[in-house]
Amino acid sequence: MSRHILRNGTGLIALLAAFATPAFADGLTVSNWDGYMAADAIDNFNSETGNTAELVLHATNEEIMGKLIASKGVGYDVVFVSSPFAEVLNNLGLAETLDHAKIPNIGNLYAEATTLSHDPGNAFSLPYAWGTTGLCYRSDLVDTPTSWNDLLKPAESVSGKTTMLATDRWLLAAGQLSLGYSVNETDADKMAEVRDLLIDAKGTLLAYDDTTFYAKLVSGEAELVQAWDGWCNYGIGENADIKYVIPEEGSDLWVDTMVIMKASENKDAAYEFVNYILDADNHRWAAENILYKVPNEAAMSGVDGGLIETFPNMGMAPADMLKFEQLRDVGAAQRDYSRLVSEIKAAN
Amino acid sequence: MQAPVNGFLMSTDRRPMLLMTPALLWLFGLMVVPCLLILVLAFFRRGIYGGIEYTWTFENIALVFDPLYFQIFMKSAGIAGLSAAIACVLGYAAAYAIAAMPRRHQPLLLFFAVLPFWSNYLVRTYAWIVLLNREGLIVNLARWIGYEGELPSMLYTEQAVVIGLVYNYLPFVILSCYAPLSRLSPEIAEASRDLGGSAWTTFRRVTLPMTVPGIATGFVFVFVLSIGNFVTPALLGGGQFQMIGNLVYAQFLTANDWPFGAALSMVLIAVMLGLLMGQAVVAERASGGKRAPDG
Repeated sequence: MSRHILRNGTGLIALLAAFATPAFADGLTVSNWDGYMAADAIDNFNSETGNTAELVLHATNEEIMGKLIASKGVGYDVVFVSSPFAEVLNNLGLAETLDHAKIPNIGNLYAEATTLSHDPGNAFSLPYAWGTTGLCYRSDLVDTPTSWNDLLKPAESVSGKTTMLATDRWLLAAGQLSLGYSVNETDADKMAEVRDLLIDAKGTLLAYDDTTFYAKLVSGEAELVQAWDGWCNYGIGENADIKYVIPEEGSDLWVDTMVIMKASENKDAAYEFVNYILDADNHRWAAENILYKVPNEAAMSGVDGGLIETFPNMGMAPADMLKFEQLRDVGAAQRDYSRLVSEIKAAN
Repeated sequence: MQAPVNGFLMSTDRRPMLLMTPALLWLFGLMVVPCLLILVLAFFRRGIYGGIEYTWTFENIALVFDPLYFQIFMKSAGIAGLSAAIACVLGYAAAYAIAAMPRRHQPLLLFFAVLPFWSNYLVRTYAWIVLLNREGLIVNLARWIGYEGELPSMLYTEQAVVIGLVYNYLPFVILSCYAPLSRLSPEIAEASRDLGGSAWTTFRRVTLPMTVPGIATGFVFVFVLSIGNFVTPALLGGGQFQMIGNLVYAQFLTANDWPFGAALSMVLIAVMLGLLMGQAVVAERASGGKRAPDG
């Protein structure tokens, strides 16, 4: 009996020891969305600079934010987050104040990308990709939509064949924009109006979908969907009848950024990494692979003309994009936003 | 095992306690403690940017009973209850049929009943998306037969979620109902018929009451698994409505409101525990008359 305990006990201790070794790599830890960089980006970075960077994935901004807030930024060196969340990281003191001298490629950015409202002067974040949110549709099945109401109050023939984005901010943005309100609106009465509009819209909706809406367009299950411009390009790539349009009420300007964590222990490597990404050729390679616009003037000027012909939204000029309001962190109103989305989704 | 006369601390036979200790430590340290750590968050407040503000408050627990969230709870209970009821009817019928087969065929039939579990839960759910969607197999079958009109949307509805839940948990019910059914002695049914009972009366007044523990187990199993489920409503419901599982998921992973998510989880766990205890009581009462009296 005691022999058995000894054997099992040793096994248990060995198992615990295995779990006790730290899981973090000694090299650079970069967290990004799946498929948001060129597939060989990390390997190319490692071979060119001799670092050992490791890519970890996060599915949503909120997921990585939860981890960063819980661990106070320890364990990650560079994270890719949307601009409202970069603001939050800065407010919490988790974001490194950037030393531009270590990022010479920052000069490649468009002038507009260095004066974005969430971080003028790029003090704590560097824009990686930017774009708009609009309507993605099958031009052979529906007439060209002109307004957000074509999605929210669709024609009879399109009813039941529409989808909206499931993520809080963009779900609400469709309602906010169609009523002419700010996408960062905090007034309770106006948000109540938005909520009622979106509850009505639910009656004609097929589904809320963040990830497979373009596949639904390709198969014909949906005919008109709310989409980010880059995702619509994935649909366009599979079916040339799919087109992207920004409604007359406008869009939001979303910006995904790179942030270096203040708690990082590999700051030099982190600077090398962000500088590498902002290099003209690397950033152009990223744009051509993920089919999103990048705020890098040197990179965009080198993008293949044929690509822009196939995916027209990639040719949108920054000056036009800056006409739209950028999504910002809404602070304490975030809880109200979440509650509103719950109300919309729970309504019959 | 006979209960020791002097109480277990005085008992010379402490081996069972010692052998259980590692498992109890594992259960306590790796399940109970983490659960408590999360649940205790329910009494704190969400920080402005999503962290935790350590001020003691009951506002999150109170918020759970707010009409909006209470309605979501009720709706989830309704869907879970409906799924459990349908699963019990179908499962009991299947188990009865299997138990009525010759003994040598029963293992094979049970194997087929459980076969779906060999694939992943997500794959089974996606299979329903392929079947039910507007461009999917069922619609194409209808068109092939010659039906020309627009079929109503079957996917992204509450009905689709119920179908998904019933399908995924049916094997549990079949197995739990099969157990008491297979133990039924055929002589009892024979005796009932000899005394003048029809087949229906035999079933209603003899077979069914004796197999109630199996039904209760199956019902509670499906109910508890369904009420907290968030995968099936998210996939088959198209995000169109929220069950309590989706709400908890949203608090932890979207709204970054861990305290409120913890409060919701706490109430949900309390409901489930209540049900499980109720099921244990029912099972105890149903089989109470047949237990040998304690010595």
